[in-house]
Amino acid sequence: MVPLSYYLMLSGILFACGVTGFLIKRNIITIFMSIELMLNGVNLSFVAFAAHWHALAGQVFVFFVMVVAAAEAAVGLAIIIAVYRTRETLNVDQVNLLKL
Amino acid sequence: MNPNLNLSLWLIPVLPLAGAAINGFLGKKSSRTAVSAVGLVFCGAAFAWALTAAIRFWPSSDAPYEEYLAHWIRSGTFTADFAFYLDRLSMVMMLVVTGVGFLIHIYSVGYMWDDPSYYRFFTYLNLFMFFMLTLVLANNYLLMFIGWEGVGLASYLLIGFWFTKDSAASAGKKAFIVNRIGDFGFLIGLFLLIQHFGSLNFAQLFDKIRPLGVETGGAGLLTAIGILLMVGACGKSAQIPLYVWLPDAMEGPTPVSALIHAATMVTAGVYMVSRSHVIFERAPIALTVVAIIGTLTALFAATIGIAQTDIKKVLAYSTVSQLGYMFMACGAGAFSAGIFHLMTHAFFKGLLFLGAGSVIHAVGGEQDMRKMGGLKTYIPTTFATMLIATLAIAGIPPLAGFWSKDEILWKAYQANPVYWVIGAITAFITSFYMFRLLFMTFWGDYKGIQVDDHGKAHAAHGHGEHGHGEPHESPMVMLVPLMILAALSLVGGLVGVHNAFEHFLEPVFGSEFPKAITEGSGNTEWLLMGISVLFAFAGPILAYTLYVSKPELPEKIAAKMNGLYEAVLNKYYVDEIYAAVFVKPLVDASTKVLWQGVDRKVIDDSINDAADGAKHVSDNVRHMQSGNLRSYAGWIAAGSALVIAYMVWLGVGR
Repeated sequence: MVPLSYYLMLSGILFACGVTGFLIKRNIITIFMSIELMLNGVNLSFVAFAAHWHALAGQVFVFFVMVVAAAEAAVGLAIIIAVYRTRETLNVDQVNLLKL
Repeated sequence: MNPNLNLSLWLIPVLPLAGAAINGFLGKKSSRTAVSAVGLVFCGAAFAWALTAAIRFWPSSDAPYEEYLAHWIRSGTFTADFAFYLDRLSMVMMLVVTGVGFLIHIYSVGYMWDDPSYYRFFTYLNLFMFFMLTLVLANNYLLMFIGWEGVGLASYLLIGFWFTKDSAASAGKKAFIVNRIGDFGFLIGLFLLIQHFGSLNFAQLFDKIRPLGVETGGAGLLTAIGILLMVGACGKSAQIPLYVWLPDAMEGPTPVSALIHAATMVTAGVYMVSRSHVIFERAPIALTVVAIIGTLTALFAATIGIAQTDIKKVLAYSTVSQLGYMFMACGAGAFSAGIFHLMTHAFFKGLLFLGAGSVIHAVGGEQDMRKMGGLKTYIPTTFATMLIATLAIAGIPPLAGFWSKDEILWKAYQANPVYWVIGAITAFITSFYMFRLLFMTFWGDYKGIQVDDHGKAHAAHGHGEHGHGEPHESPMVMLVPLMILAALSLVGGLVGVHNAFEHFLEPVFGSEFPKAITEGSGNTEWLLMGISVLFAFAGPILAYTLYVSKPELPEKIAAKMNGLYEAVLNKYYVDEIYAAVFVKPLVDASTKVLWQGVDRKVIDDSINDAADGAKHVSDNVRHMQSGNLRSYAGWIAAGSALVIAYMVWLGVGR
């Protein structure tokens, strides 16, 4: 039996990878994938706790997160395509119309 | 009180109010005739109704009549209603106000005809009548106070009637502000009454006060209330130390000076003190204060009147002086004598002012008596009426002023012979300066500027710069009120023969007052009367010598008594002293402390600093909103890291 702390450790590492990627990458697609990485890091901790406590709520939550992630992927990719079409770039540093 | 009597007193003040409303709202587009019709009809109706009410009230006038119109303030046990109170005192006042007021309304038609703001004048005049009648007929101090403030407002509006003239505008302000000082005392007096007696209703209040004894031991509650009420009266009735506004109030049109600043409004203080006689009778110290103020004012103002050259200013100081007589009477406990003089004074002083207006009208707006002279041949009717009024105010028997002034002097002698001495000297001075006015204006040669072409009436002022040829008599509409008032000045005093007027007011003032001594023998009274009549005749003789037969003498005397003459000419520098002692420090403190210090440094600066600070902070913070997605993400990450760190630290700490 793998101890709970291993799962949590891995979950934390995954999440940190996601955060780092989110911060340093410029390509929107990569950023998007980093977000998925963070979500899945969290998912991992959910299922780990669920297994540890023998409670189903964690599992159910993961399903919810996956559904949201799928929806987000659909909408997000659509936005990315729209951005690319209008600005012909996927570099977030150049997508800065909202600045003051 | 006859329970079946219904006098509808409320109509008396409301009628002029309706006139003011109609003229105020519609007058601008109406013709002058329509405006005068409205103004005169509503004022005349008030007079007619007052007369009717007086006649119907007469048989049962021993007891006061009260009329409830609507309730106004009901707070706990305290009530103040829109209710009216008629007794013989308010009846006299009501008739004087409506009667003299109506005559002056008629006169104003002629006097103000050329004024571009004709409708405004009648609106204000009617408004004044409304407030004055409210003051006189109120059944409680609070409603009276409404009228009191209202007449102050009307006075302000009418003094500043020609508001484009700087001096008129500031005279109006001065009147208003000086009156506020008095009202402050009046109000505190009312607060004391509410606190200790829980009512401001005359009948209830006096019922509660009557059982209280005379405050012999020293100053007590009633003394305090009395003196505070007197402070209010000093403001409204132009007594020392608050008289300074009245001479300046002569900036207003002359009918206003006659109606408000001579005949009616300025006597409101006398009326109020008389109305409060129950309080004053129980506070001898307050009464003494009233008497001293009145006596000093009478003398002081009369001496100033000697050296004035503006015809209206002489009359203004004379009014202040005569009001001093009325307070002298009240202070001596002879309230009925004060009211008697109030009534006769309304006749002859109203007449003097209207006559002066007629003179000013005749010489084309000139008010300086040195530029008049010899007018008796040009304007004989005005001269005749002015002569009667002068004889009346000088106290020559048997005209009105003689009876009332003699009554006051006799009562003052009984209270304290010092009052009588000063009063008699003042009577002599009064007689002197009034005849001086008469001689300077009507005798000698006309010294005014003769203008050849009889041009069109100038639009700026009512009596503005008419192109004038010779001085000319006023129209009939102005002369008729003069004649009626002259008749009243001739015979008005006869109601006081054999103390008839005093007996008439006995139901109001009663004979309960212990000071009403009658020990003085008839001989003393005759002697005193003789002396004052002698003084009254000495005035014209001296004035004739100085201003008609030896016109070079006054200058010599003035040169000899240089310092005194200068002081009198400059009104004892009272205005200057007030300016230095009160006005300047106040203005300086307001400018330096309140404006530059508090308003600018504290309030303005704190608000500006707050705004500047917000601007600085946002200037710096706005760089955070760069539009750079990754920097946003960085902020979010840093923020969450901080929160997490804090949570961890909390966990560790536990």
